[in-house]
Amino acid sequence: MRTAPDAILKSLADPTRRAIFERLSRDGAQTVRMLTDNSGVSQPAVSKHLGILKHAGLVRARHRGRQTHYRAQPRALAPLVDWMSYYSSFWNARFDRLEDLLKRMDQ
Amino acid sequence: MTTDATRSVVIEKELPHPPEKIWRALTQGPLIKEWLMDNDFQPVLGHKFNFRSTPVPNWNGIIDCEVLVVEPNKKLSYSWGTMGMGSVVVWTLVATSGGTLVRMEHSGFGPDQEAAYKGATYGWQKFIGNLERVVAGLQ
Repeated sequence: MRTAPDAILKSLADPTRRAIFERLSRDGAQTVRMLTDNSGVSQPAVSKHLGILKHAGLVRARHRGRQTHYRAQPRALAPLVDWMSYYSSFWNARFDRLEDLLKRMDQ
Repeated sequence: MTTDATRSVVIEKELPHPPEKIWRALTQGPLIKEWLMDNDFQPVLGHKFNFRSTPVPNWNGIIDCEVLVVEPNKKLSYSWGTMGMGSVVVWTLVATSGGTLVRMEHSGFGPDQEAAYKGATYGWQKFIGNLERVVAGLQ
């Protein structure tokens, strides 16, 4: 699934969601309950944040019995990297056009 | 910050033209349009303007900018915001014996101002560092 960079950035612009994503990246799969314990955030709030992260493709849910485990999907960050490689080719092409223009301009 | 290099695009080239001429190409609206994009740029500090390109699916083709630095024939900088991503473009011109050394740096990719204020800028900076480690681990 491809997600636009802005959806990924918006979902990570919230410090709580960022903390959840970082924790899942660092500690591996967790349940909502594990994420809620000692976090100072309510379980419904954690669930809501996980829903937004899931929508952006940053976490994936896996059901095991009655438990749902959430796992970070670091590969979902790839569009951010693509975005920078996009600008690299963009500016190289524009530089060529700038040089062409300069050749046509009067001193 | 050591991680900046991986978040910026830099192009540096010596061009056989004087700085004054390159400055015109970088700061006169009709000339900018010829090589970059349609625009309502003015070389005035604080001037807010747009670059406009052809809209494509999921993007309206508009880049929101503000002039940040104007040092005639030497340095030009503007913010570059699009799709909720903010960044900064800096042009530096240095006269050489054969023309001008032109340097363009497009850097600081991150959530736009509004998003940055909503979610503590410091936290975001820290996160970007972590993000790079995560992405580096993918290679």
